[in-house]
Amino acid sequence: WCVLPSRVLLVLTSQKGIQMYESDGSIMVYWHALDVTEHPPAQAVFARGIAAAGGRFICVGTSSGLVLVFDIPPKGTNITVSEVLEQHHDAITDIAAELGQAPDGAGDLVTADDAGTLCIWSTGEEFTLLSKIPAFGCCCASVKLWNGIVAAGYGNGQIRLYEVATGLLRAEVNAHARWIYALDLAPQTGKLLSGAEDSFVHVWKLSRNPDTDDVEIEHCHAECVTDTQVCGARFCDPEGNSFAVTGYDLSEIYCYGRA
Amino acid sequence: MVTEGELPARRQWRLSANLPAFLLTVARAVVLRCCLDVILIISLPVLCLFVCFPRGRRWGMGPAPDRGLARAGAGLARALACPHRPRRRLPIGPLVAGQQRRRRRRGSAVAMSARTLPLLFLNLGGEMLYILDQRLRAQSIPGEKARKDEWTDVDRKRVMNDIITTMFNKKFMEELFKPQELYSKKALRTVYDRLAHASIMRLNQASMDKLYDLMTMAFKYQVLLCPRPKDILLVTFNHLDAIKDFIRDSPGILNQVDETFRQLIETYSCLSAGEFQLIRQTLLIFFQDMHIRVSIFLKDKVQNSNGRFVLPISGPVPWGTEVPGLIRIFNHNGDEVKRTEFTTDGNYVTPQREGSFDLYGDRVLKLGTNMYSVSRPVETHMSDSSKNLASRAKENIVPNPLAKEELNFLARLLGGLEIKEPGGSETGFRLNLFTTDEEEEHAALTRPEELSYKVINIEATQVRTVFQTFDSHHSALLRTKFHPE
Repeated sequence: WCVLPSRVLLVLTSQKGIQMYESDGSIMVYWHALDVTEHPPAQAVFARGIAAAGGRFICVGTSSGLVLVFDIPPKGTNITVSEVLEQHHDAITDIAAELGQAPDGAGDLVTADDAGTLCIWSTGEEFTLLSKIPAFGCCCASVKLWNGIVAAGYGNGQIRLYEVATGLLRAEVNAHARWIYALDLAPQTGKLLSGAEDSFVHVWKLSRNPDTDDVEIEHCHAECVTDTQVCGARFCDPEGNSFAVTGYDLSEIYCYGRA
Repeated sequence: MVTEGELPARRQWRLSANLPAFLLTVARAVVLRCCLDVILIISLPVLCLFVCFPRGRRWGMGPAPDRGLARAGAGLARALACPHRPRRRLPIGPLVAGQQRRRRRRGSAVAMSARTLPLLFLNLGGEMLYILDQRLRAQSIPGEKARKDEWTDVDRKRVMNDIITTMFNKKFMEELFKPQELYSKKALRTVYDRLAHASIMRLNQASMDKLYDLMTMAFKYQVLLCPRPKDILLVTFNHLDAIKDFIRDSPGILNQVDETFRQLIETYSCLSAGEFQLIRQTLLIFFQDMHIRVSIFLKDKVQNSNGRFVLPISGPVPWGTEVPGLIRIFNHNGDEVKRTEFTTDGNYVTPQREGSFDLYGDRVLKLGTNMYSVSRPVETHMSDSSKNLASRAKENIVPNPLAKEELNFLARLLGGLEIKEPGGSETGFRLNLFTTDEEEEHAALTRPEELSYKVINIEATQVRTVFQTFDSHHSALLRTKFHPE
């Protein structure tokens, strides 16, 4: 779901293209077919990574590394591709927009790819690349952006926190023993949720030390979803007091709440 | 001066002189116009078609036949066409996939890798060979004591050699390694059905079903428990190492397997972790919702009684991953300023070394090695979707010491009975994957409908006919839809 100030759209990605529906799912507002010729023959073609940014844009990543920026009018189906961002060389894994308050001059959109490279952008009529965080050899599967901090989950089970303004690494957590599939952030409290293939779900608390301006992260809670590879995890409320988890081969969604 | 009387005459003359030419011109114009109209009427819809619906794009006007099935059948049919070995002709049956079934093909709304098929095929093939080898060994009689209709070691080696030769056939491997989507479950099942019958061995439907269940659950387990996505390759190498051991006395086939090994290394070594994860996810989607219980897994406590696999939360972490627990904080200069730790229920340790991705080497990973090498009966149980099967839920934990004797007795009784003589001196040998023949029959009767695999019989000529039929059906639909009214 992409929540824009003027409307809410349901955006779906698939192997063939991108679909956008009205919030009740009744009408397909837009369809964008992916250009197969852009990709080398053996490569899979798909779209991955969706975020609403800048108040009126929806960004969707593709398997060729391009990020498509769609300009969404407040009403109607006149959606156009306003820009194509070409900074990544590998398939896009996730895109995140600022959930809290970005510091002045800091970017409000981050894109991640298969190689682990992160790009920070500032949104607007034209999207500008502010900084590029190089990969360290591992795929970045999931990103979240909050108050000028990028939280990135990697395939080797690490969560890394970067400063948006400088692009520097501020915290490194050996969080999981397997691939991190899902990250979610509760914007009101700065709680971070991470779910991985090792069947664990962790809740962390992000904060900024007012004296040193250091980014801090502490572990709040661990939950083991027995014999399940966690594929999706989301907070159910903006404070982060409850979350839902889903996994491979699981036909149920497990909800956890604070006692 | 022109008088009134003269003018009409002149006009008349001009008119009469030009009339035939005029009429001819008019006639020509009319004919030309008619021809143009006809051409326009025919070509415009056709042009519209080509513009709106370029070739190759399916628009769901009719049920799409299983192209994977046809392709698989064609590839394997070509591979199996070895003129020097007497083969039993397969019965030509109707093509049931897609067209007649009218079941909507389950589409995938997630990204799928186009490089998954070789890994799927080779690993499932490897599992099949493990199981067949174990069953053949369990049923074999020492050469000098065996009668004509009993399994001997020589027969076993021959069956293994024949199947491995067919599996690694050069043309089939070429077809397999082309980037393509996965075959459907039915298509894949048909391929293995043909493969299992590539030699003198015969399997009944129930035994074949059981074999396929065991194969798929074993590989699903291996994919699920792979520490890193790249370790799927190590699992494949484990299977290939074991296959090379089966045929170590036959240098010709060994060469074929080595060739495939090299092709695997060439195709997959350069892929990134993200691409491997995509391959792994494609495989997991293929195996989704399969929860058949296997007694060897239940006994070893790797599978729960509800059919789901146990995911361990202890042991070595994957190569390249740190043991969870450490948090490091850095300041704006990049210096580490704080270290904290957290604890979880998990109990992980650092790994010793990385497995080898070369042609030869220690793979380190145990997934993909032969777990049937200890001789014990392996049973499968369907998920309890049917009430009838609930009573069979109690698995046979204690191996029956009389099992081997029963098999020998049955082999003597039944050997060669059901097999049609192919006209030569060859006789087929039936292999039973169950402990008794009655069990095999019972399994065939009580198998739940949703878990039954309908084997499709295909021959190469049929495949071509299928495509022609599809094309003509397609064009017929086109004409009906777009004929101008």
